[in-house]
Amino acid sequence: MRMVVWEIRMPIALMAVTVGACLSLAGAQMQTILANPLASPFTLGISAAASFGAALAMVLGVALVPAALALMVPINAFAMAMLASLLIFGLSTMRGVTVETIVLLGIALVFTVNALLALLQYFASEQALAAVVFWTMGSLTKETWTKVAVTALILVVVTPIFARRAWALTAIRPGEARAVAMGVPVRRLRLETLILVSALAAVPVSFVGTIGFIGIVGPHIARLLLGEDQRFSLPGSILSGALSLSATSVLSKANLPGAVLPIGIIAALVGVPVFAILIFTNGRRSW
Amino acid sequence: MVTLQLRKVEARYGRRIIYAEASTPEIAGGHLTALVGANAAGKSTLFRRIAGQLAGKGEVCIAGAEPGDLRYMPQDTGMSAALTVYESVVLALKQRQGGWRMGAEELDAVDKILSGLKIGALSDRHLAELSGGQRQLVSIAQTLVTRPRIVLMDEPTAALDLYRQYEVLEHLRAYAADTGAVVILALYDLNQVMRACTMTIAVAEGRIVAAGPTLETLRPEMIRKLYGIEARVETCSRGCPMMVVDRAVEDHEMSGYR
Repeated sequence: MRMVVWEIRMPIALMAVTVGACLSLAGAQMQTILANPLASPFTLGISAAASFGAALAMVLGVALVPAALALMVPINAFAMAMLASLLIFGLSTMRGVTVETIVLLGIALVFTVNALLALLQYFASEQALAAVVFWTMGSLTKETWTKVAVTALILVVVTPIFARRAWALTAIRPGEARAVAMGVPVRRLRLETLILVSALAAVPVSFVGTIGFIGIVGPHIARLLLGEDQRFSLPGSILSGALSLSATSVLSKANLPGAVLPIGIIAALVGVPVFAILIFTNGRRSW
Repeated sequence: MVTLQLRKVEARYGRRIIYAEASTPEIAGGHLTALVGANAAGKSTLFRRIAGQLAGKGEVCIAGAEPGDLRYMPQDTGMSAALTVYESVVLALKQRQGGWRMGAEELDAVDKILSGLKIGALSDRHLAELSGGQRQLVSIAQTLVTRPRIVLMDEPTAALDLYRQYEVLEHLRAYAADTGAVVILALYDLNQVMRACTMTIAVAEGRIVAAGPTLETLRPEMIRKLYGIEARVETCSRGCPMMVVDRAVEDHEMSGYR
């Protein structure tokens, strides 16, 4: 009993909390710096790249970073996710690249990586195919304390950095020209944030697969309830993400006795109605 | 007192040079200075160069203030964040001071600027709900709340009704007088310029074509070259100079300097 709680259930529960927090925070800052309510780590292809990395391991057995075989899938996923963000990052440092260009490049990357993923799936064995499909749905089933610790660590490292830049990040929202006028180094802030967000998203995604919904909706829930002063919306996004994914994790187990539905599916099915209610009942207009 | 002077300043976007060698006499603080010129004459570009947002050779000489004491208010753009008016002004103040906590004197500064511009009643309104004129006043509050020693404003009276145009110019004039700050305003209404601004800088085609005391600068010949209109500068019944426009000059292509 003790074993079940501490070695199986507890890591899963805590993983839901930390992953939700990371993805929501990543989404919040991505929406802030890209001035786009649809932005999330998934818009920029970070998640798609992670799926592709994972599939490389599962289908072809290719390890991008020579490491212990047990960790091949998450390490591959992480490597591809970071590669994708570095590519976006590199392109966005080029002259004349605007926020819109970054979003378009991200979408182009999503399509490219998805095509590569489809290609892999086409040639995959039935068993590998099932594994890939399951992975891309996102699941919280085989979690360990190590994964919890790594995910929590990245959150603990990144959050204070954002907290120190709270005023500057808030200032970007009413418009870039205004932020520049207030003395915010917008370009530098955007690049720094992009790096931090990439790490923040790549780590949880490489452990649990694609749980797309939290990254978009978590920050919107926080913003609708608390406004856009980052002193409130920053902790708010972390909490709303953690809470949403926790609740979803519980629901995904409670539905069918003995079976655990992939959490990515439940997150979208349950989250969308809640989100819609918030949009229609709340007076704050942010976009 | 604060002074600002441009010495052979170049301004460019990438490789495209807008200003080659822009120079002005010394602009003294304590009163208002106007920046005038037709559409696309280069007013905003000059502001952005002075504010350090554009690169280029030459020197922007500032005496009596740090470069960080400069605030540039760009032309009005939409603001759609889920922030209240109050929050958005706090935001402008906090960019310099930092820290999550709000001090009493900081709250005072925000209250004072909001009531000074008579928008205290808008404090709790969201930015997205504001009219163009209200947004303009919020922008002015954001610009002045840090009490900058050099203020550059792009069309601060653009969206305002007559009462508020007058109020804002009066507020800015008092601000300059109180703080000794250099305040340069890009304005279109030359009558406003003649009433409110001691000095005027005229630009056309990426050149500073005149800079000096307002009435010496805004002569009919200069107005004709700048805007392509025949105008008279006369004295009203109370002795103030005012401009009367007679007609548009035919075949004037945006600027007599082309």
